[in-house]
Amino acid sequence: MAEALQLNPRDNVAVVLSNVRGGEEVKVIGRETLKLTAKEDIPFGHKIALLFLEANGAIIKYGEEIGKARIPILPGSWVHLHNVYCERGKEVL
Amino acid sequence: MSNRHFLGYPRERGLPGTRNLVAVIPSVFCANVVARRIAEQVAGTVALCHPVGCSQVGWDLELTARALKGVGRHPNFYGVVVVGLGCERFRAEELAAAIAEAGKPVEMVIIQKEGDTLKAVERGTRLAGRLVSEAARQSRQELPLSQLCLGLKCGGTDATSGLAANPALGWVTDRLIEAGGAAIFTEVTELLGAEDILARRAVNRDVAEAIRTVISNMEGRLRTATGWQELQHRSALISPGNEDGGVTTVVEKALGGIYKAGSAPISGVLAYGQEVPGSGLYLLDCVGHDGEAVTGLVASGCQVVVFTTGRGTPTGFPGVPVVKMTGNSATFQRMQTNIDFNAGTIIEGARLEEVGAELLEKVIRVASGEPTRAELGYHDELFCITRDYTAGVSYN
Repeated sequence: MAEALQLNPRDNVAVVLSNVRGGEEVKVIGRETLKLTAKEDIPFGHKIALLFLEANGAIIKYGEEIGKARIPILPGSWVHLHNVYCERGKEVL
Repeated sequence: MSNRHFLGYPRERGLPGTRNLVAVIPSVFCANVVARRIAEQVAGTVALCHPVGCSQVGWDLELTARALKGVGRHPNFYGVVVVGLGCERFRAEELAAAIAEAGKPVEMVIIQKEGDTLKAVERGTRLAGRLVSEAARQSRQELPLSQLCLGLKCGGTDATSGLAANPALGWVTDRLIEAGGAAIFTEVTELLGAEDILARRAVNRDVAEAIRTVISNMEGRLRTATGWQELQHRSALISPGNEDGGVTTVVEKALGGIYKAGSAPISGVLAYGQEVPGSGLYLLDCVGHDGEAVTGLVASGCQVVVFTTGRGTPTGFPGVPVVKMTGNSATFQRMQTNIDFNAGTIIEGARLEEVGAELLEKVIRVASGEPTRAELGYHDELFCITRDYTAGVSYN
């Protein structure tokens, strides 16, 4: 089964440790009770949502906010540029 | 740990060298070809060519001066031949004097004074040869790890950098600092979002304030640069390769990047070209550009740089070993002639302490003379002097 690593207990995303296919079950290491199915293909090293993430809610990795959700994100979704934004270092236009 | 040793070249002043070369350094880009030809004709020399040294003013010219002086007094160079043109803004005499002050033999060749290219190359070649012969009288001696200053850098980051490569390097950084050594991290453009974590690690409130100031100044520069309405297609703060590798935001990159600085307290913030003042962990004020950052680390005195990469990069620095390591086993397999160390085994289940201990062994071997992949391949593209017309220093 595909595996993912949650780096900090506070995190709401985990990193997949292989290329994951949509529909595949994903085991989150150390969280055996969590049932997670990939909603779509997720490349090695990319992030999978562990729970429902509200639009404009914080994306937490390494225990810290790395950005915010652009749109509501369902558990098992690929979390990347298409559904995350970050305002640090950017002029707000 | 404190009884661990490496074999280095003790110098008259400052830290010991991990290499024993003669540097040929142009004070201005107009002297690049003469410097390169001198180095091509004398074994044991290395040319440090660059695109600056004239038509500069103020802080930008000062950064060039500090970088060239810092690199010139680097302990890996037994002595230096400075090559000037004669009319340049940054004087060859100023560079030679700063290097001599550090207790190094230094010679100077000025092209306009010698006559022409051929005459300058001939004189420089004779002088460089003499310095190389003198340098050969130096020999490696057993030295404690407290005499080592490690440069920390990442480039071509992917998601494995924060999972494996940077944590393994952080483990080594912690052991080196426990042994009384020093380490420097930088890449301030990629510390956005990590300022609270880093400021909490400062040894005192002044250092905490300095950390916040350099990061906030850098964010101001980035805001200005990304604010052009018509240049929105040029406003990404991380590279396409970072994104392909699973890094989504600059803050995510920062949080993964700071693992390489381990967990030791941060002793101070260094300006570009400022010599490392002692043992401990320091933050160098510089952008994340691989070349500008490694040049800054070298100018501050790092005798070995460890460079983590996920996507894979072949670059090296002239005269200073840059150890390439990756947390991505596929990258390690693909780039065999470029990457020195694989920490990807951590993702496959190996213990961080075991991989960290192997990496420390590698660093000690490289410090003692084992060539890196970049050295074996003559990679020298990391010598890039940073430029900035806008900022100044307010913290030192």
